[in-house]
Amino acid sequence: MKNVDVVQLSVFVLFLAAVTVVGFLAARWRRGQTLMHLDEWGLGGRSFGTFVTWFLLGGDLYTAYTFIAVPAAVFAGGAMGFWAVPYGAIAYPLVFLIGPRLWSVSHRHGYVTTADFVHGRFGSRALGLAVALTGILAMMPYIALQLVGVQAVLTVMGITGTGPAADLPLFLAFALLAAYTYTSGLRAPALISFVKDTLLYLVVIVAIVYIPARLGGWGSVFDSAEAALSKPDPATGRPSGSLVTTETTHWAYGTLALGSSLALFIYPHTVTGALAAGRRDVVRRNAAMLPAYSVVLGLLALLGYMALADPGVVAAVREAGNPQLAVPFLFDAAFPPWFAGVAFAAIGVGALVPAAIMSIAASNLFTRNVYTAFLRPDATPEEETRVAQLVSLLVKVGALVFVFAFGKSLAINMQLLGGIWVVQTFPALALGVFTRWFHRWALLAGWAAGMVYGTWTAYLSSSPAQEHFASPLAEIPFLGRSGYIALTAFVLNMLVVVALTVAFRAFGVPDGADETSPSDYTADAADRLAAPEDPGRALTGEGPR
Amino acid sequence: MSETPPARTPTPRRVLAGVLLVVPFVVYLAVPSYAKVTPKLAGFPFFYWWQLLWVVLTAVCIGVAHRLTRGRGGAE
Repeated sequence: MKNVDVVQLSVFVLFLAAVTVVGFLAARWRRGQTLMHLDEWGLGGRSFGTFVTWFLLGGDLYTAYTFIAVPAAVFAGGAMGFWAVPYGAIAYPLVFLIGPRLWSVSHRHGYVTTADFVHGRFGSRALGLAVALTGILAMMPYIALQLVGVQAVLTVMGITGTGPAADLPLFLAFALLAAYTYTSGLRAPALISFVKDTLLYLVVIVAIVYIPARLGGWGSVFDSAEAALSKPDPATGRPSGSLVTTETTHWAYGTLALGSSLALFIYPHTVTGALAAGRRDVVRRNAAMLPAYSVVLGLLALLGYMALADPGVVAAVREAGNPQLAVPFLFDAAFPPWFAGVAFAAIGVGALVPAAIMSIAASNLFTRNVYTAFLRPDATPEEETRVAQLVSLLVKVGALVFVFAFGKSLAINMQLLGGIWVVQTFPALALGVFTRWFHRWALLAGWAAGMVYGTWTAYLSSSPAQEHFASPLAEIPFLGRSGYIALTAFVLNMLVVVALTVAFRAFGVPDGADETSPSDYTADAADRLAAPEDPGRALTGEGPR
Repeated sequence: MSETPPARTPTPRRVLAGVLLVVPFVVYLAVPSYAKVTPKLAGFPFFYWWQLLWVVLTAVCIGVAHRLTRGRGGAE
């Protein structure tokens, strides 16, 4: 590894310090009467407009995943890694359909989490619990992916030691994150998102213009990448990838895009971002505006090819045996030290912001749908917020487990594993916004079937580098093609849900009570029923006034 | 359990909005239709510029659907 570059490191530390100050100050921004209320800590007072929501949702969606994991997948496998672009496009028609209705019903009934809604809609605490636990579980590998992003940057800057001290800088960065999330709640990532996105766009524009020019233009970037991809991999003896998808990978490409797009808007953290919006129209308008980020995502993916086109970078990544280092090494080689520092800061902040939102979302779920629903039904709002703050710390520790379990394999697989789980809540959550035809026990059985099949199939997938959970792809039964496990498990889930709903209805098994009414799904800001002082009302079964 | 969604008449505007929201899925899931290198655009193989172009067009589709169904009760 190289020596530490003082200029580069100073710029990086300066930006991170500035962001930390902003994070702590955020507690005062647009502050309500008290921060010790889950609506305030966990949803920023539900007051954000189109502009803030755009940044906040963007902060959710474009993360270390975009900067590190997707380019690494493109670097390692060529066209296959580009599936993130169709995913980033077709997710938004779904957001446009589901988001406003979920926002309206949540606003009207004071729901803070996805599981609040599912519980209220289907009258089943158990189903709410299933959705909550799935959400918390799925958040951990996604947060882990952010940690890997920070780690990659630190490694390339040369500030990772060896032995016991190896992970110290990573722990420091995360301790900072945990501290300001704890004190400021959702306001911290919302405010930092501005800094993050400004840095992000600056770095992207410079990278997209400057690096290809340095490498002889886009045409030559693609040519060199193709040459590098078609060289046989020393480990397998086969080419590592191709410039366009082939007969054998079309299905994998399409199912990864579709499966992930189903997952995108039901991830707890994206819902948290959307529910923090102040008006229904904010969510609708954002669905049309957010694909702008996906253009950026596509261009960033191509950084993987730029890395492939630079022999020095390829050699450095091979030596380290970690494809996640492709972009940091590329920036290190292509930019002057001060700008590389800016770029690394963008990646670092771009990982910490979403990690904060994700841990807040997971702790909202735990507090509302496990703690208050099962353990302490009469917890005060202040107690709820305290529990949420503590859980936000625990979730980050859970994420560390995934970091060490996955080692240096493709980090994108972490996010895809989370997707396999979270997609199993799609029938209750996303379809539940439109219909309650499904029987509550059928939804629970379908969820269980999808979770067991998905987890087991992923567990069995192994590679030379990793014994279990090595790939998100597996053969689709009856089709004989390789596809994303999440989608196969989802189809199984739906089959169980439909078959059992018909059966339960035929035998007259009683349905749960639905506390929502059709007009709730189109309500706007003025139509709120549950008073903000009493968000627990919907959960205690009293229903709105 | 007797709830039915509010009756919504399928006006031409709503139908068109629905079609616009389906188009991106059709385009992107037809993977073999764009898995080719030529024609190139500014050095980009077809596979890449076609998909990037459709990100923008997807935003346009949603934006038009939003305008078509604006007002309370919006699109579903």
